[in-house]
Amino acid sequence: MKKFIIVQSKAIPLAIENIDTDQIIPARFLKATDRQGFGDNVFRDWRFDKEGNLNMGFALNDDKYSGEILITGHNFGCGSSREHAAWAIGDYGFKVVVSSFFADIFKGNALNNGLLPVEVGPDFLKQLLRSVTDAPEAEIKVDLETQTITLLSTGESESFEINSYKKTCLLNGYDDIDYLLNQKEKIKQFEQQNA
Amino acid sequence: MGKTLFDKVWDKHVVDSITDGPQILYIDKHLIHEVTSPQAFNELKKRNVSLFRPNQVVATADHNTPTVNQHLPIKDVLSRNQLAQLTKNCAENDIELYGLGHENNGIIHVIAPELGITQPGMTLVCGDSHTSTHGAFGAIAFGIGTSQVAQVFASQCLLLDKPKSMRISVKGKLKKGVLSKDVALYVIAKLGTDAGTGHFVEFAGDVFENMTMEGRMTVCNMSIEMGARGGMIAPDQITYAYVKGRDFAPKDADFDKKVAAWERLKTDADAAFDCEYTFDATDIEPMITYGTNPGMGMKISESIPVKNNASFEKSLTYMGFKKGESLIGKEVNYVFIGSCTNSRIEDFRVAANYVKGKQKAANINAWLVPGSQRVVKQIKAEGLDSIFIEAGFELRQPGCSACLAMNDDKIPEGEYCVSTSNRNFEGRQGQGAKTLLVSPLVAAATAIEGKIIDITKQLN
Ligand code: SF4
Repeated sequence: MKKFIIVQSKAIPLAIENIDTDQIIPARFLKATDRQGFGDNVFRDWRFDKEGNLNMGFALNDDKYSGEILITGHNFGCGSSREHAAWAIGDYGFKVVVSSFFADIFKGNALNNGLLPVEVGPDFLKQLLRSVTDAPEAEIKVDLETQTITLLSTGESESFEINSYKKTCLLNGYDDIDYLLNQKEKIKQFEQQNA
Repeated sequence: MGKTLFDKVWDKHVVDSITDGPQILYIDKHLIHEVTSPQAFNELKKRNVSLFRPNQVVATADHNTPTVNQHLPIKDVLSRNQLAQLTKNCAENDIELYGLGHENNGIIHVIAPELGITQPGMTLVCGDSHTSTHGAFGAIAFGIGTSQVAQVFASQCLLLDKPKSMRISVKGKLKKGVLSKDVALYVIAKLGTDAGTGHFVEFAGDVFENMTMEGRMTVCNMSIEMGARGGMIAPDQITYAYVKGRDFAPKDADFDKKVAAWERLKTDADAAFDCEYTFDATDIEPMITYGTNPGMGMKISESIPVKNNASFEKSLTYMGFKKGESLIGKEVNYVFIGSCTNSRIEDFRVAANYVKGKQKAANINAWLVPGSQRVVKQIKAEGLDSIFIEAGFELRQPGCSACLAMNDDKIPEGEYCVSTSNRNFEGRQGQGAKTLLVSPLVAAATAIEGKIIDITKQLN
């Protein structure tokens, strides 16, 4: 996993609540056996119409917007456990997703893939969405070390929570599997005691 | 202070706790399927790590499989590859695979309980959110992402923070025609799709105590739809009777010994929950959803609520419904009885009992997709197949089917489908398809009438 320290970028606003994993990556695109290429189909049925033409009204297709930060409505990532949702968002080029609330499994999957879910208060979320919509060139800075997200144009800032273990993992680019592999002896002992 | 059922099972599986960090939780059973496992197997290869405990892994093919002509080669190249990959990965890693055509094949959350793999007090995971189903046995069961599938492959453990606890009690007697699915849809409609986030839910009260295992599985299955990591119900005589005698259940004296241990898996009277809700069973009626998340549900006799909210309005636009409107009399052309929520024998008994001697409406395409080969066998043994076929229903082969429409079982663009599955998200059952979630009884009645009816009128 790549290290995550600071991301400073413009952002794309997606002011929809309860965006589920079927919208992030529809099931018909889950037939691959590797992790690459899911970004092409992220939000597929919102980005494209039935004939496969770009839907220009959708924020990701709007030339005004760009950046590595996706700002979304409340309860982002509800639905299935498919990690393909986190892969698709990361593969498209996002490094941070901001919302006022994330579904559990999505949040875990994102963290396991170096995609940072930043949970902010509902008022700050509204403020971010408004600023980015009004001034798409506005940059946002997400600093994992200090756990802050700042709207650079105004200096407004909010801090966000992250589990300290996960923070260490992201800052150093470690993942859980490395950690668990080092615990094999303890795990075997546990098995013997509980056999 | 006492412990909850959840605490008891969780604490027994903690291998170690990291200071200021997560705990290492031991996983007893790992269920896998073709869609969320290939990248995890690749991860092992990439790291040159071998699978730690292959005999604690069970595999099936379910998400991507056809529900007709399963004996023929799969037409879709990508699906065929994905299944071939699963077969290869299982063979290389000594994993028991119940592939297409195997007598134990079916939806992972249907087969593990019916084979007796799922047992009280276990920890059980699968790369699928509806793993919550197995909580019906008093197990801790939850869905995981593919990175976590790889972690369990490598170590039989996961790094997790202990979730918070919630208890949902439903007390009283359910009205006639109100099924476990209605209880689930009612609770989710009351609490919303994010109420359970960060929590494990225990379902308690006489409604769940009196429920069959099939009904309990339906409720725990849907607990993920309120955002919870999983649901649980304390094991009791109904649970033990269900487990007893199944292929992988402990036998004879071992079984009795296990039961003695399972008896202790009850929430202590002085245990505290982070959060509690209580509902009155007599307020629950047959339910239906009108929107694009499972929380957008109502009693079938009610009208769509009037709310001014952009996401709510977007959802109604997709569904083609108006605020304040009743759904009674709406014509629908598709009915789907299936999915890990409602594809067990009891669900088909309820449907057959209603359908018997009647004919489906001419406009209806009625797809019945049993959850497993064993359910198919049971349907035939009880003669339910002839009831359905005489009524004009289509009885298909087992799999996830139109629940997520990865195979050819897609509801066409713009069509309504009254469905016993668990998710009514936009496009879930096919691009542009509009899903209304219901119980198997309401699904069967819709198929006969060709439109949504107020089933409560027939029941009273
Ligand atoms: S039936 Fe539906 S919800 Fe259940 S495992 Fe299959 S796809 Fe998932």
